[in-house]
Amino acid sequence: MNVMTLLKKAVLLVALPVVLLGVWWVTTANSTDPYVPPLREVFETFPDTWTADRLMNDMVPSIVRLLVGYAVAVLLGVALGVAVGSSRTLRNILEPVLEFFRAIPPPVLIPIVILFAGIGHTMKVIVIVSGCIWPVLLNTVEGVRAVDDVLRDTSRCYGIGGTSRLRYLTLRSASPQILAGMRQALSLAIILMVISEMFAASNGLGFTVVQFQRSFAIPEMYTGIIVLGLVGIALSLLFGLLERRALAWYFGLRRSQRGE
Amino acid sequence: MRNSRLAKWGQGLIGLAALVVVLEMLPRVGLVSERYLPPFSTMIRALFEELGQPDFWTALLESVKAWGIGLAIAMVLGVSLGLVIGSVPLLRSLTSSTIEFLRPIPSVALIPLVVLVFGTRIQSTLVLVVYAALWQVLIQVLYGVQDVDPVVRETARSFRFRPMSVVRHVVWPTALPYIMTGFRLAATVALVLTITVELVIGSPGLGKEIAVAQSSGAVDKMYALVIVTGFLGVLVNVLVRALERRTLAWHPSQRAEVPA
Amino acid sequence: MTTSPDRPMLDVRAMKKVYGGGGARTVEAVRDLTFSVAAGELVCVVGPSGAGKTTLLKCIAGLLEPTSGEVVLEGEKVSGPPAGMAVVFQEYGRSLFPWMTVRQNVELPLKEKKLPKPRREELVDKALSEVGLGDVHAAYPWQLSGGMQQRVAIARAVAYEPHVLLMDEPFAAVDAQTRADLEDLVRELWKRLGVTILFVTHDIDESIYLGQRVLVLSASPTVVMEDVTVDLPDERDQLGTRSTKRFAELRTHVYGQIQRAKNHHRTDSPSPAPEDDVNGAVASTR
Repeated sequence: MNVMTLLKKAVLLVALPVVLLGVWWVTTANSTDPYVPPLREVFETFPDTWTADRLMNDMVPSIVRLLVGYAVAVLLGVALGVAVGSSRTLRNILEPVLEFFRAIPPPVLIPIVILFAGIGHTMKVIVIVSGCIWPVLLNTVEGVRAVDDVLRDTSRCYGIGGTSRLRYLTLRSASPQILAGMRQALSLAIILMVISEMFAASNGLGFTVVQFQRSFAIPEMYTGIIVLGLVGIALSLLFGLLERRALAWYFGLRRSQRGE
Repeated sequence: MRNSRLAKWGQGLIGLAALVVVLEMLPRVGLVSERYLPPFSTMIRALFEELGQPDFWTALLESVKAWGIGLAIAMVLGVSLGLVIGSVPLLRSLTSSTIEFLRPIPSVALIPLVVLVFGTRIQSTLVLVVYAALWQVLIQVLYGVQDVDPVVRETARSFRFRPMSVVRHVVWPTALPYIMTGFRLAATVALVLTITVELVIGSPGLGKEIAVAQSSGAVDKMYALVIVTGFLGVLVNVLVRALERRTLAWHPSQRAEVPA
Repeated sequence: MTTSPDRPMLDVRAMKKVYGGGGARTVEAVRDLTFSVAAGELVCVVGPSGAGKTTLLKCIAGLLEPTSGEVVLEGEKVSGPPAGMAVVFQEYGRSLFPWMTVRQNVELPLKEKKLPKPRREELVDKALSEVGLGDVHAAYPWQLSGGMQQRVAIARAVAYEPHVLLMDEPFAAVDAQTRADLEDLVRELWKRLGVTILFVTHDIDESIYLGQRVLVLSASPTVVMEDVTVDLPDERDQLGTRSTKRFAELRTHVYGQIQRAKNHHRTDSPSPAPEDDVNGAVASTR
């Protein structure tokens, strides 16, 4: 790849974002609208708003709650999904129930969980778990169900059973589906984290941004929105890395199938 | 074959019945306090009570209105933008980084901003719904346009199809399944966002009713409304899938759902 | 698990398989299959389409349970996939784990057998070089051609050191040139390792080229129509052997049998055609 191609790629990558940012900057430069401060002002407020203190007291708890809730949802979802997916009877029995629970818009569970768990850390983690478990569970069920018959027979012939079968066959075979579910769950986790904090909290990213809004600290509010956006982007990138590693074989397989 | 379908339905009903029994017994037996989880029969009674209240139907209509308008706008914008961007390679490379960047930003981060500008009017809900649903549609349409078989495209060229004919006979049939998938995903996301925004901001609709019920301690009513949103979600799902089946009845089912 | 000289390695006795739960949709796929395979033999199984060849193989492999009758491997009844048996399926693409490299695929059954690592590596290296894939051991199956993938499956079976190797139409989905190479590979491995092989195929020429015996199956409900002894010399090659007169005779005979099988003739039919009788090949139906 020579310098020209590299340069061209770099330009294409940043051209539009830079233009959009520029437009935003210029159109708001002399704004007197209280709700739309100049972008310059927003940037200037950044270091004062997002001090180490705030990062420790708001961002860290939010992220921790998010990751804990997400991890629990994934573990539970995969475990239950494998159990349900492996038995046709269980699948048939549980399918309507699971589909109903999945159809409930997750944030609606927040008032319910508040009844049980108050408004502290636990509530938020439980909310994230109860919302994120569904995409993981249902996708795992689907992935486990669709394990190739020939591969299954091969495993039986060579005496690969029990935990080995789970490890080498079932989970690996279902991993594209599981990861798709995990991706959906990640977006959902972020949404639930923010909403649960906006609804009832004493700290956290969502709480902070709402506080800014309520106290009309507008430029600060914008910085909060930008930070939330950055968190979303960062998590998505991390997930993408994980996905590429775990599913390298799958992407290769699909490419070769399409090529034939 | 008919027998096994019947059996499947029967097993599903068993699951639902078991759920009902559990929900009824848990609070009655005292394992869970009735304050937090009223027995299922109480929930149903509250539900029927709600069905008799004009306020309920107004709220339901508001939600459906916001959902429908938001979804329609998202579809129109998403499909047209997607078709245009997808068909012009330069546009596609220019926008791809921006799209990847903006996609993971949680729509709910915009809630404070939207509250400032629109308060609790329906526009608040609409902005969020359109923003979130648009991505689902756009991504799918972009994949769809990309998926056109190069051989088909070359064939059309060699027969000197006019641009409109190319769109009609080549691009549209390939993109249609993806558009339908995007529609399905967008419909679900739109519903979630509608209820969420109503819940958090208090714009008119079911979400607001749930928040009010929770803060005023009307637990039965709250659960009843949650059940309604669940049914709404299931209904949306069923309708959209039925529409998908009818529109794509002619299409060989060789499209893979691309995880959004 | 003893194999005395006169006890067969594999003994199939009156195997019967009926599909369906009774009533109008019951299908008697296999009515009565009885034959035995001695240790170290290479036996081929041919029959018309739908003759239950795959059913037979799955029952022997312990993947399906016969409705009645039994399969006895090395003196023990088969109920579930037995140790000491390896299977090579027709769909090589679907029987290799796509998330594992060639090497890992071949090694996996050995890990299950709890062999120590040095021994595993030894077996894997040997098997891969025997099938000629020593230098692609780090590739993924889907990066290889169809023929190479099937070689991986064969290497996996060979590394497993089975007593019996079952092959279910393994070369049906492979092009003719590759098929010829793979057939020679099978014979070579068979001679070198002394393993017992039961080879199912629909290709008559292949069955005669490979086998010491050819079991001709009837159409469904299947029985063994004839057990043909292939008295070709041990040293065979694609060009030479296939153009001998004896090969042509055997081929014609088996072909005739298959045609009659397709027309629903069976060994219990009243009038066998005299011109098809080749050197009094013994028909074993009991």
